[in-house]
Amino acid sequence: MSTPATTPGATPAIADDKVTLTVDGMSVTVPKGTLVIRAAEQVGVQVPRFCDHPLLAPVGACRQCLVEVPDGGNGRPIPKPQASCTLTCAEGMVVETQVSNPVAEKAQRGVMELLLINHPLDCPVCDKGGECPLQNQAMSSGQGESRFAAQGGVKRTFEKPIPISPQILLDRERCIVCQRCTRFAAEIPGDPGIALIERGARQQIGTATDAPFDSYFSGNVVQICPVGALTSADYRFRARPFDLVSSPSIAEHDACGAAIRVDHRRGKVVRRLSGNDPEVNEEWISDKDRYAFRYQRPAARLQHPLVRDAETGELRAASWPEAFTVAARGLAAAKAAGGVGVLTGGRLTGEDAYAYSKFARVVLGTNDIDFRARPHSAEEAQFLASTVALSNDVQYADLDRAASVVLLGLEPEDEAGTLFLRLRKAVRANGLRVVAVAPFASRGLLKLGGQLVQAAPGEEAGAIAMLEGIGADTVLLVGERLASSPGALSAATALAATTGARLAWVPRRAGDRGAVETGCLPNLLPGGRPVEEPTARIDLGAAWGVEHLPAGIGRDGDAILAAAAAGELAGLVIGGVAAEDLADPAHALAAIDAAGFVVSLELTETSVTRLADVVLPVAPVTEKAGMFVTWEGRPRTFAKIFDVPGSMPDLRVLAGIADEMGTTLGFATTDGARAEMEQVGPWDGERPAAPSEKPAPARKVLKTKLALATWKQLVGHGSLVEEGSVLLETQRPAVARITAETHEMLRGATEVTLTGDRGQVTLPVEVADLPEGVVWVPANAWPGGVLATLAGPGASVSVKGVQR
Amino acid sequence: MSSPITPVLTANWGTDRSWTLDAYTRQGGYQALAKALTKSPDEVVAAVKDSGLRGRGGAGFPTGMKWGFLPPYDEANPTPRYLVVNADESEPGTCKDIPLMMASPHTLVEGVIISSYAIRAKQAFIYVRGEVLHVIRRLRAAVAEAYAAGHLGPDSPAGVDLIVHAGAGAYICGEETALLDSLEGRRGQPRLRPPFPAVAGLYARPTVINNVESIASVPAIIGKGADWFASLGTEKSKGFVIYSLSGHVTRPGQYEAPLGITLRELLDLAGGVRHGHQLKFWTPGGSSTPILTDQHLDVPLDYEAVGAAGSMLGTRALQVFDETTCVVRAVLRWSEFYKHESCGKCTPCREGTWWLVQVLTRLENGQGNAADLDQLLDQCENIAGRSFCALGDGATSPVVSSIQHFRDEYLAHLEHGGCPFDAAASTAWAPRQEVHA
Amino acid sequence: MSINATTYAELQEIAGRYPQARSGLLPMLHLVQSVEGRVTPEGINACAEILGLTAAEVSGVATFYTMYKRKPVGEHHVGVCTNTLCAVMGGDQIFAELKEHLQVGNDETTADGKVTLEHVECNAACDYAPVVMVNWEFFDNQTPASAKQLVDDLRAGREVTASRGAKICSWREAERVLAGYDDGRADEGPSAGDASLAGLKTLEGK
Repeated sequence: MSTPATTPGATPAIADDKVTLTVDGMSVTVPKGTLVIRAAEQVGVQVPRFCDHPLLAPVGACRQCLVEVPDGGNGRPIPKPQASCTLTCAEGMVVETQVSNPVAEKAQRGVMELLLINHPLDCPVCDKGGECPLQNQAMSSGQGESRFAAQGGVKRTFEKPIPISPQILLDRERCIVCQRCTRFAAEIPGDPGIALIERGARQQIGTATDAPFDSYFSGNVVQICPVGALTSADYRFRARPFDLVSSPSIAEHDACGAAIRVDHRRGKVVRRLSGNDPEVNEEWISDKDRYAFRYQRPAARLQHPLVRDAETGELRAASWPEAFTVAARGLAAAKAAGGVGVLTGGRLTGEDAYAYSKFARVVLGTNDIDFRARPHSAEEAQFLASTVALSNDVQYADLDRAASVVLLGLEPEDEAGTLFLRLRKAVRANGLRVVAVAPFASRGLLKLGGQLVQAAPGEEAGAIAMLEGIGADTVLLVGERLASSPGALSAATALAATTGARLAWVPRRAGDRGAVETGCLPNLLPGGRPVEEPTARIDLGAAWGVEHLPAGIGRDGDAILAAAAAGELAGLVIGGVAAEDLADPAHALAAIDAAGFVVSLELTETSVTRLADVVLPVAPVTEKAGMFVTWEGRPRTFAKIFDVPGSMPDLRVLAGIADEMGTTLGFATTDGARAEMEQVGPWDGERPAAPSEKPAPARKVLKTKLALATWKQLVGHGSLVEEGSVLLETQRPAVARITAETHEMLRGATEVTLTGDRGQVTLPVEVADLPEGVVWVPANAWPGGVLATLAGPGASVSVKGVQR
Repeated sequence: MSSPITPVLTANWGTDRSWTLDAYTRQGGYQALAKALTKSPDEVVAAVKDSGLRGRGGAGFPTGMKWGFLPPYDEANPTPRYLVVNADESEPGTCKDIPLMMASPHTLVEGVIISSYAIRAKQAFIYVRGEVLHVIRRLRAAVAEAYAAGHLGPDSPAGVDLIVHAGAGAYICGEETALLDSLEGRRGQPRLRPPFPAVAGLYARPTVINNVESIASVPAIIGKGADWFASLGTEKSKGFVIYSLSGHVTRPGQYEAPLGITLRELLDLAGGVRHGHQLKFWTPGGSSTPILTDQHLDVPLDYEAVGAAGSMLGTRALQVFDETTCVVRAVLRWSEFYKHESCGKCTPCREGTWWLVQVLTRLENGQGNAADLDQLLDQCENIAGRSFCALGDGATSPVVSSIQHFRDEYLAHLEHGGCPFDAAASTAWAPRQEVHA
Repeated sequence: MSINATTYAELQEIAGRYPQARSGLLPMLHLVQSVEGRVTPEGINACAEILGLTAAEVSGVATFYTMYKRKPVGEHHVGVCTNTLCAVMGGDQIFAELKEHLQVGNDETTADGKVTLEHVECNAACDYAPVVMVNWEFFDNQTPASAKQLVDDLRAGREVTASRGAKICSWREAERVLAGYDDGRADEGPSAGDASLAGLKTLEGK
């Protein structure tokens, strides 16, 4: 198989660091420092609990988990019942839970009664009903009658649910102030926008006036709320948990491979939750992973193939056989007329990417293939071939062991949510030092306690070369943005080589790494085989049973479009590419328009499908099995959730076209593709040389023309985020960040109008610690985004102040 | 017979401008500091240990032992450690620290410097409740004088800095870990222990937290000697303390005496229960200590004897109530206090006090039935010892002890269909009346 | 209202007094009250900004402590202790008569903006029960009549002196003292009241 296997790092043995205690008469040996509540779990005793959460610091607030301790390990009893969620196991300790001790049982019953006196007991209308720890434990540890109610007790009331953000609603009457949500917000993402407010019986979860809970990870608080106090606008009143079917899957929105749980009913996804994978995302996912799934709805998608009618010139519905035939005929003609280029985007599963890679080489006879639907460079292709393909030097767990992590052109909070949380965990638990080469200290960097090494866009190479204190215990994490900074990737690989630091590439998209491994690049064949290496081609040709594979490095994405525009390429196969993501969207659309014959494999109608000659609908992740490869190189397979007749993965569609063209792809199923990938295996020959591109000459700093720095924020406009969705309402406000000097020059303007070669935009101003003459704007904060509506990467924009 | 009154801390309260450095120094102030500085810090700690001084804030933990829990001081690699004085006097009935700081703030400041020297803290804090404006003025003025006189500051012999920090209204901040959170600018909610403050207290550094009266006693211990101090009081409850008499007493106020004096003796000094009335119930050490009755007039007011009588010495806040007082009304009001002051962190205290108030309100209004009393006791059992900190325990003390001693009075409310007492008869201005039989 | 540069600088100064800036939050909020007459969202935001906290975190602190007020406080804050001992000794009656006299409920301000009336918990002056606090200064051994006279004097702007304390300033001025800004009045008032000296007095003449 072309993806490297995971080798979990060795954990040092801690065998003699153990204690043995007795829980309900059963002896159990646990690592020192283990909490009694966990030791009890090990002997099968579930002590009821609410505030306890294994990934949050103990708080001991709800008191539901009280146990008796007849011997604290020192021969003496602890006089009062103890919260087992805060009590550390000691050698020789004797613990008695509700199972064996009437005092513990009464204490728990008493706490449960108190938890319920002010609870509205509105389970029949509560979203949590059916999966509610309070409901469940009230059944197991509570009593049927309410003495409080019998006495005519008056319950505490609050205004019914109040929004704490556009997405999250809070019902304070249901809340038991266990602080799971506030502890999560403060400890895990570092977004303490919710806090305990008020005191005593009026204590509640709250936000500040006019400051909603602002976190990319806000949905996790709904998932860990042990009662129905926190609900999401997205899921509220939509379903009953017991009507839902749950399927495990992998999140498709970034290259982190977060484990998710997809809850569905009658063929429709109703909600998504975090899965539990201690090696990857633990129990947390980003709001994008949680809430961006409506793009999968059949109604939002292409329903059937389309072909361009020869007479009217319009796209019309077609049957699959007709579409295959038209596509095959057109591609064959284009292949003969000058060749066909293949653009695959970054969202494909590994198997689908492999199919495109093989389709290009075997069916179209070309190396003109590129998955990079974004600004890219030849230097990057060289870097991916030399340094990224087949590598798995860095795993999540390595972040816990590293002394420092250097982020190079990477904004983890925006581009790789799980990675961000794992970095924050390592910072908090192990004192990991984080350094970022970036234009300014972002909110994410501040939350990592990180140090900024300031670099203007395009000048990262110089900053990287100057980094100090890098050693074998350093991990360099390289983001996709470096591709548009000449010499930066060369500098990064050189730094790793000279210092012994480990390096990993962290792309933004779920399919990016798999596309590298499967050779969706002009210089790379599947399994990390260099195109230019004759033995690699012979090796692969043998495995594929073909005599001849195209030699010579093909065109990259930009070159493919340029060639199409120039008429040098006669056809294009485009799989899941949005024009707005490309370096020059307008130029790209013009090129696609100019291309003689275009086949588009897509989920939904886009500006690309509208220009295509054949449009072939493909299955979303829920309707196919597949694999994403994480930035670490960890394969993450997932199964098909819905069996939808006629819904085909890209590889099946490509196989159909190949068949019509009189060749064969060799497989028509995901399993078949995966088996062949295993068989092809990784290249064991020499790696191509790392790039050694020179840095660009220093830019001229101008007063009114500012260098544009930009990246996509986690929540923003894009193909997989529904316009008008609640998720989109939670995106961070779009601002233009400028230096204090620029701000002064603009006489303290509150807004600025930026004008680039592609349009202009007016945004509120925020002063930031940017390099002189640089402006930062979010790349995806409005439909179309920066590349389509303002300027190209690294371009200059002019700035004008607006006083409001 | 000589008077049991032994003015030490209170000795200078009546002197002219007693709060000034000048007055304090004229009366021998800061001589104990000079003496302490001739000793090693460890010798000062040993003296406090030998004196038998126990914490005066209520719990009665030996002060020297508390100091001894600090990790050993690393001369080569000194890291910050802190002394924090708990001046958040808020326990109902407790009113000794406030007059001390008002009349003689320098006693406390001198105690702070000696104690900081002993535990090798370079930074000390006095966390004083915010609702005592003039006390805060006096403390700040005293600290400023002490700086000017060279007793405080990095260049002073002990090298101690002292900040007077005003709280903002929260009884729970008298709980030492809640106080630390509050002093760190957080909500004053108690912390998990371990780690204990001696290991990880303020700013996660080793920290000693002591009550005002405890620290104020240190100069006397150093000045007059641990043996002198230990010779006062009883075997296990050594030294002198301030007893605060309030309520239906002829001359309420502060009475400083060795530990072990009885309420009967104190009432004798204070002119007895107000004229024409008899003692009904009293708290030995604030509202969190179970109430006692006229059966307990001869209980020695030390840690052990009051404990044996079913209560706690607490802060020696002797709130005295005569027979005009409705015990149910008193207990309801205390319960309302605990409900108001519950920090909200844990379920038993937050929800339990909410419920207690409702049940007691009904009982005071003569609603409910006798079974409610047993249920009240059961509710208290579900709160006491189940809460995160002692506030929950304290909330149940008046309820449980009042039912124990005055069950019939609760029942009388039910029979009477309301409170049988005349609240006006309890007021300070109630006309003197003959005792009804 | 917004926090002006002088106040902002003072807030920063308070934060700078402590080994860790956040320790300054309680006095900073006292200062906010002294300037704004209550804890305003603007004050919360300024504190949050200076201390690197979220506004939610500062709100959590501001709403925890009873001395911080969400509603504007009058020129003077009058607190009547109604904890058990003071209540029994007459605090309940004083509070009831003051409400009637001032025509306000608990935690409400008179129409002229002069007096905010509130019942307070034990203020550590039990030996002077019943106790009334004006801007957190002690008025000992009150009666309904003396308390009404007290609030009348306050409303009329007459000079009023605490039983054990200074001449009464305004609530806002008191809050400024709590924030750590001295008003030079420490030397006003007596060392102690009679009850504080009760034990000592038993020795007189012996």
